[in-house]
Amino acid sequence: MSTVNIKGITKEFPNGVRALDNLDLEIKDGEFFALLGPSGCGKTTLLRTLGGLEAATSGIILIDDKDVTRTSAGDRNVAMVFQDYALYPHMNVKENIEYPLKIRKYLKEDRDERVGKASRALSIENLLDRKPGQISGGQQQRVAVARAMATTPNIYLFDEPLSNLDARLRLEARSFLKQLQRELGVTTILVTHDQSEALALADRMAVMELGKIRQVGTPVDFFHRPANIFVASFIGSTPMNLLEGVVDNGKLQIGKAGFDIPSFIAKKVTAGQKLTLGVRPEYVNQAKSSGAGTFSGTVKITENLGTHYLVLIDADGTEVRGTVPDGNEPEIGATFHIKPDTERVLFYDTNSGELI
Amino acid sequence: MRNPFAGDLEKSSTERITSALFVVIVSLFFLLPIAWLFLAPFDGQPTYQLKLSDPGLGNFREMAENPYAYRSLLNSAIFSVGTGIVIILIGAPAAYVLSRVKFKGRDVFLYFLLLFSSVVSGSAAMVPLFLLALRFNILDTYHGVIFIIAGGLLPAAIFILKDFTDSLPKSYEESAKIFGASSYRILRDIVTPVIRPGLAVIFVWAFVQSWGNFLIPFLIIRDVAKQPAAVMMYSFYTEAGQAVIRTVAAFGLLYTIPVLLMYFYVNRKYGFRFYGGIKG
Repeated sequence: MSTVNIKGITKEFPNGVRALDNLDLEIKDGEFFALLGPSGCGKTTLLRTLGGLEAATSGIILIDDKDVTRTSAGDRNVAMVFQDYALYPHMNVKENIEYPLKIRKYLKEDRDERVGKASRALSIENLLDRKPGQISGGQQQRVAVARAMATTPNIYLFDEPLSNLDARLRLEARSFLKQLQRELGVTTILVTHDQSEALALADRMAVMELGKIRQVGTPVDFFHRPANIFVASFIGSTPMNLLEGVVDNGKLQIGKAGFDIPSFIAKKVTAGQKLTLGVRPEYVNQAKSSGAGTFSGTVKITENLGTHYLVLIDADGTEVRGTVPDGNEPEIGATFHIKPDTERVLFYDTNSGELI
Repeated sequence: MRNPFAGDLEKSSTERITSALFVVIVSLFFLLPIAWLFLAPFDGQPTYQLKLSDPGLGNFREMAENPYAYRSLLNSAIFSVGTGIVIILIGAPAAYVLSRVKFKGRDVFLYFLLLFSSVVSGSAAMVPLFLLALRFNILDTYHGVIFIIAGGLLPAAIFILKDFTDSLPKSYEESAKIFGASSYRILRDIVTPVIRPGLAVIFVWAFVQSWGNFLIPFLIIRDVAKQPAAVMMYSFYTEAGQAVIRTVAAFGLLYTIPVLLMYFYVNRKYGFRFYGGIKG
């Protein structure tokens, strides 16, 4: 039950790699916060810096408004669940969960009570005598979470805890984690490279690129209003349409298609400026005929998404993706018209990549 | 048509008989001396033949008449256990540091250590070692022999132990660190138990190397009462330079048994298996 406040954190490794670049972030009390980004973006380094396993080169970290930047890992009262779970192979499950309690000098009865409570919460009471090598990956994950839980930390740090589970188990573990976090109400920070995991679990999340945070917000913000072209192209199970055009006479001209620019955006742009139109394929639907704000072209690919088909058309060299309900899917090579929903269209400055 | 994937199943019977015969001959070649080692000590009149006539324990009684025979076995044990302990006490921390701390030229350093320790050894090192022992005033002492043998074995021991430590995931130590464990506790509670099979293997290896070492104690030890078994063995000769087979056979068996027992014990307890618990 803690807040985390990160101010201007920079982490430079001895080999000159700058993993975190003057980064600010605020995490609220009891929040499930996800750090998302491609590999090498610095998300794990940020988590390790929070945990005290890496020392920040500059900047400060506040936990509950207390400066812990130079506090050693053991004194921050955080618990971390590692990607490989880091269960000690020579100890059985009970000893594993008990180990942090022993380090913190809890009395025997107190330890037993806490181990019992944590193992009941994660339904692993019947595994207490087993060694980590004798239980399944899903059970190992639960043991690792139980071990983190037993110390009642202020903050949980999860480093890709689901990536070692198979697809089916991952979904189960995901809803389980979410539920557990709700019940405990402990501030939780999750690092993941899987956007569906972040979108499903997080109250709020951040997308990182090259040691910087590119956007912070709720999963809904990310889906509907990506703050820049990088986030727009990173988030979403089907990639967002990002179509470059030029402002001309109050319209954005993309190939032959012209789009009306809403007045509140028109004020901020000048004629001849390059803009990128962003719209999710889910909001690009079939149109009856060509016309204003409509793309017309030959169908190149159709993909079955279950209830819908993803249709890729080539409109005079511009590739545009849209969706149509199943049953209405066109033949490949046919001429097809699709029209973005004007309410859902976003405009980005092509040069800066930022949302206008 | 001959199935190329059938392998041994399709080999003709002559082929199989020939290969079996070859294996038997090779094994016999190695097994016969071992059989002799176990028979001759109990033979009343042992020769170089493989036989057991007039069985009894007379050979051992005759051997025991040499006042230094049993004493030398105890000395060997002191040298070997001492070497094992020194190797673990110095080698394990060194290997841990070399595994965990990255510095420029670390691998080159390790290879040079290993290379020089195997190049400058044996009779080439005899004179310098003797002079060193003289200067340090450790001639004719137990610790002198132990330090010199351990010094020769350390580079290889560090090299092998570093490999063991490398296979220990860093996350074990990091998770303990986040729970608030001190470096000492991490070493005691996590690192040492997990690499214990490696430590046991290295201890036995050092023990056996020291147990079988003839040159160093021969060089350093003057006092007959401090001689180890390997050197003692050398004294079971007549004045004419003829081996006294009765005592050599009995002593040879006693000399072999500890090493054999040790091998079986470690192999049974640790083998070369390693723990699971990390997925990925």
